Amino acid sequence: MATTFDSLATFPRQTRATVATIDWAALQAPEARRLREFGFEEGVGVEVLHRSFLGSGPIACRVGRMTVAIRRTVAAAIQVSRG
Amino acid sequence: MNLAPLVALVGNPNAGKSALFNALTGARQKVGNYPGVTVERHSGRLALDDGRPVELVDLPGTYSLDPSSADERVTRDVVTGQGGYERTPDALVVVIDAANLDNHLRFALQLIALGRPTVIALNMIDLAERDGLTLDPAVLARELGVPVVPTVAVRRRGLDELRAALTGLIGTAATPPAPEEEIAVLQKRARALSRAAVVSETPGRRWGAALDAVALHPLFGPVILLALLFVMFQAVFAWSEAPIGWIEAGFAALETFVTTLIPDGFIQSLLTQGLIAGVGAVIVFLPQILILFLFILVLEASGYMVRAAFLMDRMMARVGLSGRAFIPLLSSFACAVPGIMATRSIEDEKDRLTTILIAPLMTCSARLPVYTIIIGAFIPNRLLGGWVGLQGLVLFGLYVLGILGAFVAALVLRRTVTKGASSGFMMEMPKYQWPQPRDVLIGLWTRVEIFLKRAGTTIALTTIVLWALLSYPTPPAGSPVSQVDYSVAGRIANGVEVIVRPIGFNRDIALALIPAMAAREVAVAAIGTVYAIDDTEGESGQRSMVDKLRHRWSLPTALAFLMWFVFAPQCISTIAVTRRETNGWKWPAFMVGYLFAAAYIAAGITYWASVALGL
Repeated sequence: MATTFDSLATFPRQTRATVATIDWAALQAPEARRLREFGFEEGVGVEVLHRSFLGSGPIACRVGRMTVAIRRTVAAAIQVSRG
Repeated sequence: MNLAPLVALVGNPNAGKSALFNALTGARQKVGNYPGVTVERHSGRLALDDGRPVELVDLPGTYSLDPSSADERVTRDVVTGQGGYERTPDALVVVIDAANLDNHLRFALQLIALGRPTVIALNMIDLAERDGLTLDPAVLARELGVPVVPTVAVRRRGLDELRAALTGLIGTAATPPAPEEEIAVLQKRARALSRAAVVSETPGRRWGAALDAVALHPLFGPVILLALLFVMFQAVFAWSEAPIGWIEAGFAALETFVTTLIPDGFIQSLLTQGLIAGVGAVIVFLPQILILFLFILVLEASGYMVRAAFLMDRMMARVGLSGRAFIPLLSSFACAVPGIMATRSIEDEKDRLTTILIAPLMTCSARLPVYTIIIGAFIPNRLLGGWVGLQGLVLFGLYVLGILGAFVAALVLRRTVTKGASSGFMMEMPKYQWPQPRDVLIGLWTRVEIFLKRAGTTIALTTIVLWALLSYPTPPAGSPVSQVDYSVAGRIANGVEVIVRPIGFNRDIALALIPAMAAREVAVAAIGTVYAIDDTEGESGQRSMVDKLRHRWSLPTALAFLMWFVFAPQCISTIAVTRRETNGWKWPAFMVGYLFAAAYIAAGITYWASVALGL
């Protein structure tokens, strides 16, 4: 059975998750680079901390030891699994 | 002559480079708790233990040597010796946040690979300990192959050790740079190193997370942001009353003193009606400006700025900007010049240009005197519902109008002259910190110096020139024409009045608008001088100016004047900094043009609407 992953954009808040895949091709080059610089990569632990304005707007998430704000469109390219 | 060795402070944003720079060199560079505080290279002197001098440079924070904005480009250029910085640093001080080794070590690894003599400052070690992290610097030093010095820049801890390490490094030869590696590879090594260096980790108090749960709450977050801004503008009025009274009393005493000391005539008139009336009318606003700066400095130092950017991102996205642009815009409430400089941290060029063009719409502190005096004269000092001052509310409304104007301008600009793909919003959210009283005081003091210098130079000079132009020539005895109307300035103003009469402006306003280009506060100084010269009873100070305004201006005229300054054609410094940041005259010319047009139209609409309403 193929494993299915959730998008970070819609993942429940304050639940530990691990980055499964990142669709780098869906991101613009500067976005992809900054995401890498923030430490996003396969296997890294992440956690959605806050979402602004019910439904749209950016999300704040913990990656490694830092908290970053990214837009939902970018978060949608990040697939995570629980735990 | 031999140049002093060059040492560069490099590292991630918010690692504490500027704080360390200040601690090592005694400089007073601005420090703050958000990415993008330092946007240019600053240089200072430092003496090593053996007496050798070293030139220390503070650089904008960046995540790698692959820059994505103008400020990060400076760091890359200085470190690698490109773009006009031919002298590569003789040594690097890599500043890393002890509480975020996983991320900061990756950039440190990239910098160490350059082969330059390097020392690591393991900064903010106290905060890491507060978070329950115990680190072993020796492990890091062994694994990285460079000295590692624990520091707490704001408490001046570890500075001697850092200087000693530098003394040992300066003069050692650089090794050839190692081949560049992928970010992912470096990141894995950084994580492994971080794991090795952490001796123990106990979950500390997560008060930052608790604070964010409120500050970033989908509903409470925006309410708190609005409330903060609201309290800020209420405080500008509420807290400044007493100190303004002292300054006024001081100037009144000075005027009496000058009048008794110097006989009636040219010199006395120049000093009292020209200098004291003009400069005094402006200096009176120092308390209000400092209160405003206090709020902004505390917001900048606490880490709240990025939270505000986060909350504003969605709204900013609607007008084609990102939350990131909100930080320079909020700084522009203090002054548009540093605000425009701060746009260097915006990645997208079109985004940055748009932010520069709308920054003057953020009500800067120089407009406070104009707003205050008109509000003081025409808006009753009443409390609404027992606690909200009506005057503060009107002031808040003017700020909101500026913000709305900026949004509309951004919307139009992004669809016309600065068209382009919308950029993203990606920002690190720094940990909350208590503002350091010392940094806040330095920030305020710097402001006092700038303000008094402006009052003593630009404002004083403009006022004296204006006084002279208003005092001469004198009308022949018995002439029905008043002194002001007969003077050179009065004649010019009567000419300008023709253009501004349709929007309800009188001669006095026409007269104030031209010198206000030098500095907006001069509008107040100019009106102060006009009334001092026209005045026969010899009363002066802000109180009497308010009385005169009430007699001479109608309410629609006053409201139109306020509206003019919401969109006010900016001061010369803003135009100059815009020219520098956009490399030419095209954009500043455009900015002046569109703001003049907007001011004229908005003031006109306000005037005629209030007349129609019978105000």
